[in-house]
Amino acid sequence: MSVAEHDTTDVDAPVPGPRERTVSAITGEGGQELSSRAGMGAKELLREVGAVLRMSESEAAALADIEADPDEDQTMIINMGPQHPSTHGVLRLMLELQGETVLRCKPIIGYLHTGMEKTGEQLTYMQGGTNVTRMDYLSPLNNELAFSLAVEKLLGIDGDIPERAVWMRMLLSELNRMSSHLLFLATNGMDIGAVSMMLYGWREREEVLRFFQKVTGLRMNHNFIRPGGLAADLPAGWRDDVLDILEMLPSRMEEYEILMNGQPIWRERLQGVGVITAREAMALGTSGPILRSTGVAWDLRKHMPYLRYDQVDFDVVVGAYGDAYDRFAIRLNEIRESMRIVYQILDRMPQGDFRVQNKKVTPPPRARIDESMEALIHHFKIFTEGFKVPEGEVYVGIESPRGEIGCYIVSDGSSNPYRMHMRAPSFVNIQAMPHMMRGGMVADAVAVISSVDPVLGEVDR
Amino acid sequence: MSDNGPAAETQEQLHGCPVIESRGQRVVLVPRGDYVKVMKALVADGFDMLVDLTGVDYLQMPDRNVGAGVVPERFEVVVNLLSISRRERLRVRVQVPGDEPTIATLFDVHPGSEAHERETFDMFGIVFEGHPDLTRILMPEDWQGHPLRKDYDPGRIPVQFKGANA
Amino acid sequence: MGAVQQILDEGLAGIEHNFVTAKIEDLIKWARSRSSWGASFGLACCAIEMMGTGASHYDLSRFGMEVFRASPRQADIMIVAGRVSQKMAPVLRQVYDQMMEPKWVISMGVCASTGGMFNNYAIVQGVDQIVPVDVYAPGCPPTPETLIHAIETLHQLIEDGEIMRRRSENNGGAGVEIFEIPAGATTSVSIGPK
Repeated sequence: MSVAEHDTTDVDAPVPGPRERTVSAITGEGGQELSSRAGMGAKELLREVGAVLRMSESEAAALADIEADPDEDQTMIINMGPQHPSTHGVLRLMLELQGETVLRCKPIIGYLHTGMEKTGEQLTYMQGGTNVTRMDYLSPLNNELAFSLAVEKLLGIDGDIPERAVWMRMLLSELNRMSSHLLFLATNGMDIGAVSMMLYGWREREEVLRFFQKVTGLRMNHNFIRPGGLAADLPAGWRDDVLDILEMLPSRMEEYEILMNGQPIWRERLQGVGVITAREAMALGTSGPILRSTGVAWDLRKHMPYLRYDQVDFDVVVGAYGDAYDRFAIRLNEIRESMRIVYQILDRMPQGDFRVQNKKVTPPPRARIDESMEALIHHFKIFTEGFKVPEGEVYVGIESPRGEIGCYIVSDGSSNPYRMHMRAPSFVNIQAMPHMMRGGMVADAVAVISSVDPVLGEVDR
Repeated sequence: MSDNGPAAETQEQLHGCPVIESRGQRVVLVPRGDYVKVMKALVADGFDMLVDLTGVDYLQMPDRNVGAGVVPERFEVVVNLLSISRRERLRVRVQVPGDEPTIATLFDVHPGSEAHERETFDMFGIVFEGHPDLTRILMPEDWQGHPLRKDYDPGRIPVQFKGANA
Repeated sequence: MGAVQQILDEGLAGIEHNFVTAKIEDLIKWARSRSSWGASFGLACCAIEMMGTGASHYDLSRFGMEVFRASPRQADIMIVAGRVSQKMAPVLRQVYDQMMEPKWVISMGVCASTGGMFNNYAIVQGVDQIVPVDVYAPGCPPTPETLIHAIETLHQLIEDGEIMRRRSENNGGAGVEIFEIPAGATTSVSIGPK
């Protein structure tokens, strides 16, 4: 069934599906076999009875001017956002309601569009990290990691990164996953109504941010993972700091589980809300906890390992029902899995260099700049002109707390990327929201948004 | 292990389209006319997840070498696919001419391409025929111009401190 | 009766100042600065730090700001936290207009103050092009300590009456002129002496 064969703009029109074409002549009952995925159209893949509101904003505004007939059972289009207290940033939703039931929904994004991809073309590869780290501002180190891995692949030095640098990257990435999921617990709690969870989640996050401040110098938006390795080595005493965090967390996680899972209101509000099937989730391209909540056990760290994830032991947390409760439980348990990984990293962190010693990419150590003219010039050239990256294009995808974050870079041989595109997980995951909200109540809309856990910085870039 | 990017050709063909290798990653160069057909065939092969769909404006690299004798055009639509069962990635690149920047939509094959195609339309002006709702997604609806095109000014205001770039 | 009518007409500036009213004015300014509530206008990374400032470790409630009202009608301070894009700018102005006098604006972070590292077509280069800003807080993102310093500076200005004095001199920032620069146009901005 090619695109030309039916009009995709009218989503409610009946469509001759592939099943009608494989009629079995023997039984006369119609085709019984399940058609292949390649032959299915968007409607079947999405069990779409019209979950997405495809109406431009000006049309919706024009509708508001029409006199509503009070007798008719009309649907109402309301606007949620872009400034609303559900703390997920500037997401705007146009909801079509019939009474309290959500029929269709259109997420309107772009309120945080920063032109980062255009800015990325103006900045050098060394500066690219500062740009990219502000996309998903809840897990900035993962953005930097995706970007750095892509640049290193283009440079051809991805095999030369020292072991210590790789393990340090893993440590920071997992701690970032923990802090992002703790923030998810906090905001999810607040959205559902357990407001004290907001304070607890932030309390734990502060501990992790304190460690980040000690290592990278900043609490957020670190620009620490750079092409070639990292910006600096771990400070003395880092092991004790990490152990403090790891020892403090488990008992508190127990408390949160009791606080949230133990109360029936929580379960009522999340179980069965925002259900999405595995086929829909894959058809929409979602990844991360959303895909795992539907039962598809796909985690890039396990199944397409990068860094040294194939050498550490951890489980992929998978849900069964595809609802908001599963997504909450997955993220809660992923914090525990990350803690497991961090324990192993603590034991196995190798000695060595924190960045590759490649004159092209690595600036000289600061002390040498005082002594040597070449070192000074070398430093100057790297930080102003930047290093040139050979022509080519590459895509690298890693597992961020929200799903697969990928970096697609096209290089033209100069010191700035020709095209830098980040595949943001939340951008794709937001497409799943109308399908999750359909048929639910307006009050569940907040729970759904919260369970998708979008970060508008990476949605809009 | 350094290779020259898209110039490293192989004789490999996938559904009639040449496959090249870029930094160890497989890239299929698909002509615009066979785009949807090949994408469906790739889904049948197991590449059932669309990871990313984006565009590139090669206005400033007109004499580039795409590989396998493919004629370069101004725009390229780049699609990244993932096969969960085979744990493999595949990239598809389609050349789209600058004077007629249209291409078929992938919405029917991969419904998840809806937002990506809107973004590519918004940023590059590439029209996806058959898309259910091709409107601007990141810029305001009445914005003029397509920001990620190379002939669109970044819009920097002059500041007294000059960084590495103008 | 005359005094009440004067207040109704012109606010605090209208009363005849004598030693009694001075004390009342001080009381009012003290109360305003100690109980200013913020309008939540968190946009990007700075919003996370703002929420962190409101959380238990840095605790804004000791300054009277524990609630961030969702409705701008109930808020006093608008903390613009994050980068303001072209699409968001009219929304920002709308929310500011909905707030009731007296109202103040803190521009948190470099993106809100000057456009930050994003000097491009998509970001408004400084939120003071849209709303009058009282205090700028630098940082990317400003740490909670910086934000608290900015808030305390604002509180001090409120208590001194400095802002109200400046407001009455230039009509509460109503002299801000807003005109649209068409998209894709290169702007010529000259800064500094010619």
